Formats: sequence, C-alpha cells, structure tokens
Amino acid sequence: MTNYGHADQMRRATSAVMTTLTALCTVLAVAALVVILFYIAWQGIGSLSLQFLIDRPRPVGEGGGIGNAIVGSLVLLLISSAFGLPLGICVGVYLSEIGRGRFGGTVRFIVDTLTGIPSIVTGVFVYAILVLPMKHFSAFAGGVALALIMIPIVARTTEEMLKLVPHSLREGALALGAPQWRVILGVVIPAAAPGIATGAMLAIARVSGETAPLLFTAFGSRFFPTSLNEPIASLTVQIYNYAISPYDEWHAQAWAATLVLMTLVLGINIIVRFLTRRKF
Amino acid sequence: MSAVSEKFATYSTWRRVLSPTGNTGDAVFRILMLLVALLMVGIVLAKMIALSADSVLSIRQFGFGFLTSQHWDPINGKFGALPFIYGTVASSLIALLISVPFSLGIAIFLVEQAPHYIAKPVGFLVELLAAIPSVVYGLWGIFVLGPFMRQYIQPALASWLGWLPLFRGTITGIGLLTGGLILAIMVTPIISAVVRDVLASVPGSQREAALALGATKWEMIRVVLVNGAPGIAGAVILGLGRALGETMAVTMVIGNRPEISLSVFEPSYTIASAIANEFTEATGDLYLSSLVELGLILFLVTFIVNGIARVLVWNVTRQTGGVGRAA
Repeated sequence: MTNYGHADQMRRATSAVMTTLTALCTVLAVAALVVILFYIAWQGIGSLSLQFLIDRPRPVGEGGGIGNAIVGSLVLLLISSAFGLPLGICVGVYLSEIGRGRFGGTVRFIVDTLTGIPSIVTGVFVYAILVLPMKHFSAFAGGVALALIMIPIVARTTEEMLKLVPHSLREGALALGAPQWRVILGVVIPAAAPGIATGAMLAIARVSGETAPLLFTAFGSRFFPTSLNEPIASLTVQIYNYAISPYDEWHAQAWAATLVLMTLVLGINIIVRFLTRRKF
Repeated sequence: MSAVSEKFATYSTWRRVLSPTGNTGDAVFRILMLLVALLMVGIVLAKMIALSADSVLSIRQFGFGFLTSQHWDPINGKFGALPFIYGTVASSLIALLISVPFSLGIAIFLVEQAPHYIAKPVGFLVELLAAIPSVVYGLWGIFVLGPFMRQYIQPALASWLGWLPLFRGTITGIGLLTGGLILAIMVTPIISAVVRDVLASVPGSQREAALALGATKWEMIRVVLVNGAPGIAGAVILGLGRALGETMAVTMVIGNRPEISLSVFEPSYTIASAIANEFTEATGDLYLSSLVELGLILFLVTFIVNGIARVLVWNVTRQTGGVGRAA
C-alpha cells in the first residue's frame, strides 16, 4: 500500500510541476510583450514632437521628421484597400455562398495557403510584373503588393463571418421570392457587415506593418509624395533604413517612428477586439 | 436553398451551376464571383510563371548546381544558394526548438487550466505578439536582444557548452542564434493560437473519461495532446512556414554573411534576407536572376509547407469542431 501511495504522490507532483510550467510559459510570453511595448514607448517618446510628425527627413544633425512617411503609408494603405478589400470580400462571398463544390474547396485551399506565402515573395512578384515593365519604383506598385497580401486575409475572415449568418435568414428571403444575388447583397452581407468590417480593419493593420514587399516596389523617398507614379516613403521602410544606419540620432528617430506605427497597429487591434468582445 | 435547386434539377448541369434559381441576375452575379475566385488561382499561377520566367537565366547557367554550390560571389558572377538554404533552415529549426515547447505550454494553460476570465484577456495579449510588425522586432533585436545576447546569454552558453562546436566562435550578439531566437518570439503566438484551436476541438468526453479513470490533471492533458497530435503537427509546420519566410527581423539581426558555419554565434544569411538586402543593388541580369530564383525556391517551399500544415489542421478541427467547442 505504501508503494502505491508513493507512486500516487509522484503522479500528483508531476502534474503540479507541469501545470506550473505551462503557466510560466504564458507569463513569459506576456512578459515579452510588455517588455517590448514599454521599451518602444520609453525610447520613442523622447524624440516625438509635432515637428517630428510633420517634417520630412533631413540630413544627420538637422532634425527632420517622418511626415512624408506617414503620408506615404496612408497613400499605400488607400491604394491597397481600394484593390484588396473589394476583391477579398468577393472571394469571401464566393467561398461562403457559391463555391461549395470541389472547385470551391480548391480555391479555399489556395487562399488559405496564400496567407502563408512570405510577403517578400510578393514583393519580388510585383517587381517582376510592374516595376520591371514600368522601369521605375512607384507608389502604385507598392499598393498592389500590399493589396495582394490583403486579399487572402480579407477573403477568409469574410467567409467566416458570412458563415455565421443564420440559414433561416437566407431561406426567409428566398421564400419571399428574392433571387440569390439579391439575398446575398441585401440580406446576408448586411447581416455580416460588422464582422466583415472588423476583418478588413485587421487586414489593414497587418499590411500597415509590412516592410519587405515595399523595399523594391514603393522603395522609399525623402520627400512628400507628389504622384503615384514615383517612389514613395513609408513608415516601415523609414524605420528599417534608420535602424541599420550608423547614426544615433537616426536610431532615436527610428524608435519614435516605431512608436507611431505601433500606436496605429495596436490601436486597430485593440479596437477590433473591443468591438467583437461578444464573439470571442 | 436545396429545395429551390431540386425544382430545377431537370435543367442541364451547366445551367444549374450558373443559376440554380433560373434567374438572369443570379447567373451574372455567379459569373462575376467565379471570375474573382479564378483570379486567386490566377495569382498563384502568375507568381509561379513570373518568378520562373525571371530566373530562367540563372537556372540555365547553374542548373541544380545552384542549390548545392557554396559560393555566392556577385563580383565574379558565381551564385550558389547553399549558404542561404542552410541559414534559412538552421534559423527556422532553432526557432521551432525554442517556440514549440513554449507554444504548447501556452495553449495548454489557456485551454485546459486557466478560467475563462483569465484565458480570454491573456490569450489576446499573446496574440498581440503576432500583431507587432516584423521591422519592429528587428529594431528591438538590434538594440535590445543583440546586446543582451552578447553580454549574458552567449558567454554563459560558451562557458557551459563550449565543448560543442555549436557554441564556439566570436561573441558578437549578432548571428544565427539571435536570428533564431527572434524568430521564436515571432512564431510562438502563431503556433500557440492554432494549438489552442486544436485542443479546444478535442471532445470533452476524452477529458471526462481520463479524469473518471483517476488520471491527474497532467495525465488528462496528455490524453488531450495525443488526440490532437496531427493538428499540433500542423500547427508546428505552419510555424515553420512562417519562420522560413520571415524577412525583416531576421535580416536585421542575423549578420548577413553568406557562409556556412557550425557555430550558432557566427553570422549567417537566409534566403529572404538575401533578397531583401541585395535585390535593389543587384547589378547585372545574372545577379538579379539568381535572386529571383531564390524567391522562386522560397515560394515553392513555403507553398508546399503551408499546404501540408493546412491539411493537417483542417482534418482535426473540422472532424470534431462542433463537439469540442461546448466543452
């Protein structure tokens, strides 16, 4: 009997140790997040000023800011949203409402797999199909690269949201004699609109942090944008260029720009989570 | 809707596919949506074709030797991808070695142990780690993680495990190990999120059965893990796919030197960082073509890896999805 009791104690001890370890893993992950965020805030706040937010980059020692990069990032987000959101939503509608057969399954698989393709590959692809034929970097090419990254993300979230719409709504509308396209446009999509919108916001947050696909499509610039047909600055590329530069002043500016970028990205994520509290 | 399509079952298949309700507007709408869906397939094909077409020069010049040659020497026109393949695989493996136990721990804690009012907010915080842009991790890696590794972790590893060739070499804080570590932080939220879904879809009856037989909490968790094994494998492979293609953060801390070294302290170079660093300054068609071929390799590998992962994860979460959620 004593033997049995000992084994039993060992089992309980193992259980206690392992369940403590799992809690420790979680604490460490949250700690990593807190450390990273506080470090960014601490480093970034020092160089942040109104002048920094509206000025364009200057040579080392003359200050300068990220105004052009903020404008550039917004332009890139606008272009990519203009292409990416409607196409992504349409693909989502197809996957949820129409493509139920084998072809629909194939498309779903491809869309899912596309979300995992490295963004730098998309950059190379857009370079090959847009930058090479046009012979120069452009805001347009950068926007298209971001749109290509956006489409699969929007498509999958739209599909998930449309699937949450109760079948009785579709059946009710069909029973009233509405054709399928009117049911989808007039009943199903409006019912899922808040979900689709949050999915779109998450996709925008995701691409606003992208750097790799912009390096050789939008390229970067030290001036305010004047045309979509020329290279354009973005927050992320600016952070990268300043981070790998040898100057302390530019490092400080990289941290401040990071603080601005993180406010945008985390702001969207937290707002979305707040709006969709009920579902998760 | 099935009642509606049954009514028109006498129509030809083609007609039914386009418009099960026999409405012209439906036919137009379906064709439009179908075209957009075809666009998705088109994008994948276009990527493959465009990348292949632009790497023809390099493929013709080097053939399969491109994959096995160690020499990346743009000045003399010699291009071999082996150092990049090594750096990519090695950094990803280091990342998985560190992040898989952590991700499993996090997922187990959030699904099996933590009460709802803790699991929800904490789960969100862990997911926020995935929302931090790659370039931000890179910046943090250069100025915080790199110096930390140089001062504390690498000297400690060198003194304890220095007898292994893995932990010899100059201590700079920048190199394969730091690259792998930053990748680990980046893939942990991705793997743990998928594992959470997988564990949640294991039916509650499995847990009840284990507990009823007198299992401890941990023994019950092991039963759940065995049940979710294929999905967990899928999650890990998904993390691998992400680690293979991650660009900015790795580029900023891995040192970017196309050499194969046994030591994890030495600088290395990945496929993605080679493209990011050298693409805009590639002089000459062969140089550019070799870089595009690197992109093609990365595309094909990540496509296959992600495909496998999706199939594994789908199989688990779909079979039991509805049952497990209630538990």
